[in-house]
Amino acid sequence: MTENLAEQYALRMVNIEKYFGRVCALRNISLEVGRNEIVGLIGDNGAGKSTVVKILSGVFPPTSGELYVAGRKVDFNAYSVKRAHEYGIETVYQDKSLGEKQVLWRNFFIGRQVTNQLGFIDVRKEREIANEIMLNMIGFRGRGITVDSKVSKLSGGERQGIAIGRAMYFEAELIVLDEPTVALSLKEVGKVLNFVRQIKAGGKACIYISHNIQDVYEIADRFIILDRGEVVGNLLKGDITREDLDTFLLDYAHGLQDKEEA
Amino acid sequence: MRRARTIVTFLGRIEGLPIALVLVALYIVFILTAPRVFLGYRIYMSFLQTVPPVLVCALGLTFVITAGEIDLSFPAIVAASGFVFAWMFKTFDAPWAIWIGFVLALAVGALIGYINGWLIAKIGVPSIMATLAAQFFWYGVTILLAGGLQLDISGIRGSIPHSLFVGRLFDVVPVQALWGLALAAFLWFILNRHAFGEAILFIGDNPEVARVMGVNVEATRIKLFTMNGVIAAFAGLLLTMEINVFFPTQGQGFLLPALASVFIGGTSIAGGQGTIVGTFFGAYIIGSLEAGVVASRISGYWVQLVQGVVMAAVVILNIVIGEGRVARLSDRIRHWIMPARLSSAAELPRTDAQR
Repeated sequence: MTENLAEQYALRMVNIEKYFGRVCALRNISLEVGRNEIVGLIGDNGAGKSTVVKILSGVFPPTSGELYVAGRKVDFNAYSVKRAHEYGIETVYQDKSLGEKQVLWRNFFIGRQVTNQLGFIDVRKEREIANEIMLNMIGFRGRGITVDSKVSKLSGGERQGIAIGRAMYFEAELIVLDEPTVALSLKEVGKVLNFVRQIKAGGKACIYISHNIQDVYEIADRFIILDRGEVVGNLLKGDITREDLDTFLLDYAHGLQDKEEA
Repeated sequence: MRRARTIVTFLGRIEGLPIALVLVALYIVFILTAPRVFLGYRIYMSFLQTVPPVLVCALGLTFVITAGEIDLSFPAIVAASGFVFAWMFKTFDAPWAIWIGFVLALAVGALIGYINGWLIAKIGVPSIMATLAAQFFWYGVTILLAGGLQLDISGIRGSIPHSLFVGRLFDVVPVQALWGLALAAFLWFILNRHAFGEAILFIGDNPEVARVMGVNVEATRIKLFTMNGVIAAFAGLLLTMEINVFFPTQGQGFLLPALASVFIGGTSIAGGQGTIVGTFFGAYIIGSLEAGVVASRISGYWVQLVQGVVMAAVVILNIVIGEGRVARLSDRIRHWIMPARLSSAAELPRTDAQR
């Protein structure tokens, strides 16, 4: 795919709809992410955040609508996780980005191994690169964790770090983080937020999905609010204080409760 | 002390070493209880002749179980493949028919495996149900086609394929043992060094992780069951050629020994982790027990009981010395011996935290 440099958006969704059977999960989703922008995607459980992520990262296609990556229209018939990776979209899922019983070097390269023509893995090369990523990209120096450690030995923050380091190594233009700080201690959350700042500093884009308004407000340039499969808010950080954002979300939750009762 | 611990940890990392030691220990016990039999080479040659078909099935099964699935249909494939091969030879009675029969038998295994995989990956039938149904169905088809009769193919003796697959090296060593060893080596590389094997490991670990990382889970599962079909068909060929006869119930006794070989080898039923080396030695342990017990002149009624005890003991051994446990165990033992020592007390929580 040749890149269109005039395009200001890393990603653009136009009128995306998704049905699971007869259940409507997403309705008329239109949103965009700038080339060096961190977008906070906010919404309650079941708002459709994960569905949005899965569509743009190629896990499944939408029922209708259009997706543009760096200005190029995506053909959903030929779209897949592999293709999304080729387009520079990397997704870090909250608890399913790493195989827990597998060693780290395998986790760095699963799905895109360094192989010879017969499909056999170049283990030495993979371990070398994995070591390089751990030392230089995410700084795992001297903590008793090596490329031969199993993921099950890592803390939650370290796991997110591995997944983000992997995304950065594969030169992602857009990194999607799905609830990266759930169930992490404050110190670990701090680490993850630092990883996200490195994405911004590297000139890349990020979609940061979270329940935690505090994290999102701290890190994001813009907020997109989803509710029951629809975009209900699209706000620049400069236009809203944290208190107002809180109030906006609370009002929304209450407003919908009122509707239900009526 | 520290050095000893490093050595223990290092030895613990060698794949299949504990299970290999169990096999050696078992032979030592049999040498003591039945020296006349187990000090000669004949009994070992007999194991090398009888174990390979079960071993081959167990090697394929290791992949299936590592992927978090199960295949109960391989005994039927052993029968179906033997039938196809024997029928071709009986019907055409020519040297070329042996080769064609050989290839056809493998193709039948691939077809049955492919159908299993398709039902499991595309329709979403749980593998235990799909392959249980397949076991009944294909076994039934084989009996029906064979008319319940056995086929004598002693005419293949002396042919090239016969000596190539089940001949005797230097007139002593059964060649099928070398095929079993070669297949084990090949499959070790596929599981541990090939992208397909890595996909199997991640699917067994967590299919969702595999999917979001770009592994084609459905296609990999279909390939997995197809491969297992071919492997089981190969086991059927080794068996049929060795005994020079196809009989309709062949392979039906393989199910439990093959499963036992995989599990005592140390492959986890939870998936995501499997050991070909462990399965290899596991199959020889299972295959040696009966002869060993009988040769020890204990009543034959004891065979099953001893098998049960050995299996349970080995599985418990695998759990006790699993990942990182060797170090913890040696700490624990030191702690028991000299609980007052500050050093060992300080080391305990550290190793726990490393986990």
